[in-house]
Amino acid sequence: MTEIAASPGPNAAARAPAGVRRRPRMSLSGWIGLAVVAFWVVVAIFGPLLAPYRVGAIVAADVFESFSPRHLLGSDYLGRDVLSRVLSGARYTVGLALAAALLASATGSALALFSVVSGRWIDESVSRLMDALVSIPSKIFALVMVAAFGSSIPLLLLIAAVTYMPGAFRIARSLAVGLYQMDYVQVARARGEKGLYIASVEIWPNMINPMLTDFGLRFVFVVLLLSGMSFLGLGVQPPHADLGSLVRENISGLGDGAPAILMPALAIATLTVGVNLLIDSLPGRVRRLPGEA
Amino acid sequence: MRGANSTVVLIARRLGVAAVTLLLVSMVVFTISSLLPGDAAQETLGQSATPEAVAALRVQLGLNVPAPQRYLHWLGGLLSGDPGQSMTSNLPVREIIAGRLPKSLLLAGLTATVAVPIALAVGIVSAMYRGSRLDRVLNVLTLSMVAVPEFLVATVAVLIFAVKLRWLPSLTMVPEDATLAQFLKAYALPVMTLCFVIIAQMARMTRAAVIDQLSQPYVEMAVLKGLRPARVALFHALPNAIGPIVNAVALSLSYLLGGAIIVETIFNYPGVASLMVDAVTSRDMPVLQACAMIFCAAYLLLVLTADICAILANPRLRNP
Repeated sequence: MTEIAASPGPNAAARAPAGVRRRPRMSLSGWIGLAVVAFWVVVAIFGPLLAPYRVGAIVAADVFESFSPRHLLGSDYLGRDVLSRVLSGARYTVGLALAAALLASATGSALALFSVVSGRWIDESVSRLMDALVSIPSKIFALVMVAAFGSSIPLLLLIAAVTYMPGAFRIARSLAVGLYQMDYVQVARARGEKGLYIASVEIWPNMINPMLTDFGLRFVFVVLLLSGMSFLGLGVQPPHADLGSLVRENISGLGDGAPAILMPALAIATLTVGVNLLIDSLPGRVRRLPGEA
Repeated sequence: MRGANSTVVLIARRLGVAAVTLLLVSMVVFTISSLLPGDAAQETLGQSATPEAVAALRVQLGLNVPAPQRYLHWLGGLLSGDPGQSMTSNLPVREIIAGRLPKSLLLAGLTATVAVPIALAVGIVSAMYRGSRLDRVLNVLTLSMVAVPEFLVATVAVLIFAVKLRWLPSLTMVPEDATLAQFLKAYALPVMTLCFVIIAQMARMTRAAVIDQLSQPYVEMAVLKGLRPARVALFHALPNAIGPIVNAVALSLSYLLGGAIIVETIFNYPGVASLMVDAVTSRDMPVLQACAMIFCAAYLLLVLTADICAILANPRLRNP
C-alpha cells in the first residue's frame, strides 16, 4: 500500500537517467542513511560473530534487566542477552528482506521487459493480471497465505516477493515503454534484432538506476511487512527469531519499559529509515527543485 | 455536452474494471484459502480418523461438491450477505462481522478526522516554502515517519502515555455509558499510532500535488502581480489542486487497512482486523475469507475514489 506514495512516479523515474550524469552532491541525510545502512549490512554479515553470548543461552541473573556493562542492551523475558539476540535477529530481517526484494524486483523487471517487447496483447493481459494482484493489500495477502499454509521462512519469502512484484513491474514497465520508443531501440528493431536482445542489451542497462532505487523501496516494504507478521506471531517462528519476533516475545516487558522490547523495534526503525533517507538522496530519484516543474 | 458524456463513460468503465478486479481478487482469496491447502476434513480429524468419518465430515462441510461450484456458492453467499458459519464459534460469520465492522469504521473515521487536516496543513506549508530549510526538515521527518513500523510507534506511545505518565489506558475498552472524556481517552493511543504514519504519507502526497499547481503559468502570473505567497497558495493554487489532493487523501487512507491490523491487535481492539488475525491463528477459514474480502473491497473502493477524483479534476484525463 505504501508504494503508491513512496515510489517515484513513472514520469520522475523515466527522466532519471539524465540525472545520473549530473552526479549531484549527496545531502547530509543521505550520508546518514548510507552510514546506517552500511552498519546494518555489517551487522547482518558478521552479527553472530560479534555477539557476546550464544543466542539461545540464558545468561543474565534476572529477566528484563536494563542497560548494564555486562549486558549492553539488557536481558529479555527469559534472561537472555538482548544484544546477542538483536545481532542474530538482524541477519534474518536483513537477509530475508534482501532476498525477497531482489526476487520481487528481478521478476518484476523481467516480466515488464518481456511484456513490452512481446507486443500489445501479452502486454495488456500481463498488466491486467498485475493490477488484480496489486489490489490485494500486502498484509491481507500475507494473512491468508499463512492461514492456508502455516508460517515458514520459504513461504514468507514467497509471500513478500509475490506481494511486491507487481509494484516493481509497474515501475519497470513504465520505464521500458518509454525506452522502447527511443530511436536507438527502433533502429535495433529495424536491424531485425530479437526481443531478448532488445530487452537485455538495449533497454535494461538504461533502467538499472531507477530500478535500484525502487529496489531500496521494496526492501523497506518487505522489512515492514515481515517484521509486522513476526510481531503478530505469524512470521518467523521459534527457534528462529527476526527483529519483529524479538519485539513480540518481550511484549510483557512493556510495563517495565524494558530495553528488550524497545531495542529490536528501534533496530527495525533505524534500518528502514536509513534506507529511505539513502534512496531519497540518490541520483536515481529526481528531486523537484524550486521553480522546476 | 460531449465532454460530460465521456466523463460518465470513463467513470463507468472504471467502475466496471473495479468490479472485475474484485471478482478476480475473490477467486484468488478462495483458491488460496480453501483449495490449495488440501482436504480440510482430513486435516480437522487428523491422520487416525476412519475413512467413514472423513467422508461424513466432507459431506457436512460441502467438500464433496466440485471446486467451481463451491466457489460460486461461497460467492453467492458473500453477495447475499451470508458468508457461512464460523468454524470455531459456530455463529454465522455475518453476525460476528456485524458486531465488529462498526468499531473498525469508527476507528478509521476518527483517524481520518485527525489526520487529514494536519496532513493537509503540513503538505501545503511545505509546498509553499518548497526548497526552504523548513521544507527540507519536513521532508526528512515525513520520510522517516513513513518507514517506522506501527508497533514501534504503539509501544513507545504506550510506554510514555500509559506507563510513565499514566494519562491514557493501554487497552482500548469503552464502557457502554462512557462519557465523552472517557471515550476520547480510550481512543487516543490507537488513533495517535495510526495517524503517525498516515499523516506523513498524506502530507508528502499533498505537497507533490500542490507543487504541481504552483509551477503552472497562472501561479507565476499571480506572483508577478505582487500577491503574497499565502494568497497565491490558498486562493489561486489550492482550488485547482483539490482533485489531486483528494486523490492523495484517498490513497493514503488505504494505508489504514494495513495499519489497523497491527494497531487493533496491540490495543486489543475488537474490530475486523483483530478478528482476522484471530481467524488466522485458529484457521477459521469462513471468517478469514469474509474479512479478507472486506479489506480488499475497502481498498479497491478507496483507490476507485482516488481514480474518479483524478478524472473529475483533470479535464485532460476525460479524453484519453
